[in-house]
This record gives sequence, C-alpha cells and structure tokens, in this order.
Amino acid sequence: MSLLRTENVIMQFGGVVAVNDLNIDIKKGELAALIGPNGAGKTTAFNVITGVYTPTSGRALLTPTDPTGQATEIEITGQKPDKITGLGVARTFQNIRLFKELTVLENVLVATHLNANYSFLSAMLRAPKARKGERQAKADCEFLLERLGLIGLKNEKAASLPYGQQRHLEIARALATKPQLLLLDEPAAGMNPQETDELTDLIFKLKTDFDLTIFMIEHHMDLVMEISDHIYVLDFGCTIAKGTPDEVQNDPKVIEAYLGVDADVED
Amino acid sequence: MKETQNSIGAYLKAHWKTVLFLVVLLIGIGLADNFVDSYLRRLLNLCAIYVIVSLSMNLVNGFTGQFSLGQAGFMAIGAYTVAVFTVPIESRAAIFYLEPMAPFLANIQLPFIVALILGGLAAVVVAFFIGSPCLRLRGDYLAIATLGFSEIIRIVFTNTQSITNGALGIKSIPTISSLWWTYGTALLIIIATVLLINSTYGRAFKAIREDEIAAEAMGVGLFKTKMTSFLIGAFFAGIGGGLFAALLGTVDPKQFYFTLTYNFLLIIVLGGMGSISGTVIASFVVTLGQEALRFLDEPMAFGLDLPIFRPGLRMVVFSFLLMVIVLFYRKGLMGTNELTWDFIAQKYHAIKQKLSRKKASTEGGGQQ
Repeated sequence: MSLLRTENVIMQFGGVVAVNDLNIDIKKGELAALIGPNGAGKTTAFNVITGVYTPTSGRALLTPTDPTGQATEIEITGQKPDKITGLGVARTFQNIRLFKELTVLENVLVATHLNANYSFLSAMLRAPKARKGERQAKADCEFLLERLGLIGLKNEKAASLPYGQQRHLEIARALATKPQLLLLDEPAAGMNPQETDELTDLIFKLKTDFDLTIFMIEHHMDLVMEISDHIYVLDFGCTIAKGTPDEVQNDPKVIEAYLGVDADVED
Repeated sequence: MKETQNSIGAYLKAHWKTVLFLVVLLIGIGLADNFVDSYLRRLLNLCAIYVIVSLSMNLVNGFTGQFSLGQAGFMAIGAYTVAVFTVPIESRAAIFYLEPMAPFLANIQLPFIVALILGGLAAVVVAFFIGSPCLRLRGDYLAIATLGFSEIIRIVFTNTQSITNGALGIKSIPTISSLWWTYGTALLIIIATVLLINSTYGRAFKAIREDEIAAEAMGVGLFKTKMTSFLIGAFFAGIGGGLFAALLGTVDPKQFYFTLTYNFLLIIVLGGMGSISGTVIASFVVTLGQEALRFLDEPMAFGLDLPIFRPGLRMVVFSFLLMVIVLFYRKGLMGTNELTWDFIAQKYHAIKQKLSRKKASTEGGGQQ
C-alpha cells in the first residue's frame, strides 16, 4: 500500500522549473531515498510534500492510517504545513532549523503541540487536564531524548549543542509529532564516516521501533545504497531514474549525471 | 483528604521560598495601602498598571516575536468601556453637557469589575479584526496596522460625542485608590502569563519567534497561535486601560496618543524581550525613575544660576541613562531569563567567585 504518492508535480519559480513532473510512490514501511547532484530540486520536492510550497501543477496524496487502523487517501497539495504534519508527515531540515534559544527538551516539546488536548485557558489556570497533558508530553519527550542519546543535555540551549547532536535533536523533534512518514533532508551532511555509520544504525532502529516509513535526501552514496529499498534520482528537476539501489547504480543516465560524460570525477 | 493535605505539604516544601515571597509581598502591599501618602500611592498604582500593559505587550512582541504597537489603542478601549459604564447615572447629564449620552447607554451602569472585564473583551473583539488580515502576513505589517489602529481609535473616540463625550473626555469616574485592585490584578495576570508561557502554548509562541518555518513544520499553526497570543495581549491591555481610567478618574482621547505605546516598548526592551520578571522590574524602574528625576526639571542654583536646569532636562537625562543601559545590556536587563531562585543563586555564586578571584589575584600581585 502506498503511503505517499505524487502525480506529475511541477514546481516552477518564474522561468526556473525546479521540479519537473515528479512521480513518486512510497510504500508503507519502506525506506526510500532521493538523490541527485546539487541544485537538482530535491529539497524543493520535500518542500512541496510538506506544504511549504504549493506546486504549480500536479498533486500529492497521502494515505495515513488513523488510530482505528483505517487508511484513507487525502490530497495534501495546497494544505498548510502544520496540517500536513498533523496528518503524519514530519521532517528535518538540511540547514538545521532548531529553536536556538529554547532548551533541548523544549525543542522537542514544541512538536507535541499539535497533540495537546487542553486549551490555553486551562493552561493559564493550570487545570488538572493541562497538568496531566503537560506531564504526559514531558514523559514522551524524555523518552525520545533518551533514545537519541540527548537526555543528559535536556536543559542545555539548543544552539550550544555540537553539530552532530543538533542533527539528532532535529530527528527527535520530528519524531515527537508522532509521524508515519519521516522526511530526512541530508541527515548525514557534515558527518565523518564513523558518525555516518552510527547514524545509519540509528535510522534503521528508529524505523522499526516507531513503525516509520522514511524518505530521505542524502549525498553519502554508501549510506544510501546500504539502507534504501528504493531510490529516486533527480537531475535538473527531472526524475532520471528510479528503482532499487542495484538498478540505479548501473543506470547510464545516473552515472552520466554524477560523473559527467567526460568522467571528470566529483564526489 | 489526607492525600490532598500531603500534596499541599509537599508543594509548600518544594516552593517555600516562593510562598514566603508572596506572603511578604502581600503584607508589603497591605502596609503600603494603609501608610503611604496619596502621591506615592498613585505612583505605585501606576507601576502596577504599567506592569500589566507591558506584560501584555511582551507576550506579543517578546514571546511571539510579532511586532505590535497597538497597546495605547487597546488601553483606550478598556479605559473608555470602564468610563462609560461606571460613571454614576445622576452625574451623566452634567458631564455630557454638549450632547447628551446616547439613550441606549444612558441608563446602564455596571459594577466596576464587570465593566473592567467587558473592556478587556471589547479590546479582544477589536484585536480579532485587526489580527485577521495582518497575522496572516509575514513581516512588519502588524506594526504598521496596529500603529494605525491606535490612532484611528483615538480619533473615533474624539468624534463619537454621544458615547465618549469627544474631546471633553469623561470625568468623575468612580476611582479606585486601594492598591489591592491594581496589584491584585497585576499579580493574577503575572501568574496567568507565567503558567501560559510554561505550557505548550507558550512554547509554541517561542517557537514562532525563533523560526516560523520550523514551527509550522512541527505542527504549530502560525495564524492560530499568533492570534491566540495577540488576543490575550489585547485582553490584558484592555484590563490595564480600565484600571488606568479608574485610577485617574477621568479619560480623554489625548491620554492615548501613540507615544503612550512607546513607554511600554521601552519597558519591554529595557527589561528584556521575552522575560516576564524583566518586564516587571523595568516597569518599576521606568515609572519610578521618571518621577525620581523630576527634580531636574526645576530651576536649581548652585551659587551661580545654571541655565540647564529647566523643564525637559529630565527626559534628556533619562534618555541618556537608557542609552547606557542598552549599550551595556544589549538584550535588556534580563535577556530571556527569568528571575527564579536558581537564577539568583547562580548570579550570587558567580559574583562571589569573581570577587574571590579578584582578591586572589591582588594577593598574588602583592607577593611579587
């Protein structure tokens, strides 16, 4: 069963076609990757899916499973990002976007806002419902921080964290929205090989433990080839290849896009 | 029963300092209420009102990061609601002597507390109509719109002769002179704001201030959350305005020039955008400071006649002091910190350490 589908999505900024005719189909429970050279339109594709941009044409469809186990297909194009997050799509950002002045715990707690079941009036009066909700949210978030190895830093300001941990915190924050689909935008950017290995393990574990479907943009080819079930390759906004890691790796178009016809090596 | 006693006991044990502080504060207000002369009493009342309005402004500007300049307008709404509904019916004919009061209002008189809350709610309604278009946009549109609004509301009140008595203003509003009204309200509003800021709503406000795109991606609805903050802020400002009217006993449109808003802006910048305790401290510093420097406006002679001591010098000195503070504390006195017991202990230790290090270094210098 597909969780996320896009149908002929085109995203145009003036004369620039950032994403041209994007058709993806992500099955529930799989780990898909979106790769391509810099400026290929990968992040734009994410922004269309999460509602930051409304596509020029085409549509995106999400099939979330509600608490009763019912799955219905919903069109998410043109919806506000917070509504889409509420439907079960969470994301991290390529250029880390944490709430810098808030503490680590507060950063994660913000993401529980959409599941808060008390009004601002009961918050101001500190009604039992608000207190209970607050306690529950705190417990949930501390559990997530524990999982991502950040619990010892929970009262530090987010901006004071080292780079790798800021990336982990972004993942924790995304998980706190209780997503079904997690979009990771270059989770391993700027990490050394050892950190990348650890991240690979972590992503795998989180995927099974939280019953997630993951769609990620990544440049570390070994990571992508190792863990993805399906790969989509973008170049200048067009999907030039899709398939399993093996298929994609041997596709001449992909080799051309990455290495160029003259074989001037870039990595 | 026993369990509730236990939990109260546990609460007292955990927060004994805060409870003690509140008790001392209440006793202090009680003493001040009985023994303070009318000049100082009015000044203290004004401090509390400034606390309320500045806090309302900080909620929107400091915590939610939306630049709103409508505080004078919201105060005016609150003040006029209290004025119109609490003036004794028998004295209305004398006040509205140019044009009688509109018949649908002429015979309504409400108790002060009801009029006060009504004033807050009226401000909320107006805020909703300003916020609906402006809060959907990003950028500084809200600042321009709210600034315009507070001028418009003043001009509207100047021209609705049969309701607000126009430029003549409304006199003989029953006054409150007890400190309990203002300080009680201020205390309630401070507590409510602290609880709000420490709830999921407060975190959503701060998330929007920090990064709108990330906040939205984490499921915080921008418009709804900004609106919540803006409406709560308007309610508090309306309440502050109502108390202001009842403190002075008279309202007229000139009191609510947009320059009034800048007083509060000054207070929140000085105290720290995003700090409740900073706002409270700065409200007292600014209100009392402006009074304390009043002697500068009076002619003074030190043997020879110095021509600089004349009306206006007070504001020059005050501005200079502000510049000094802003130069040395760029994020305001408190930044985004709160004055908690932990914070005080931390500062105390830091100062102690600094002193002991200084001592050690001077001793070291002596040995060489």
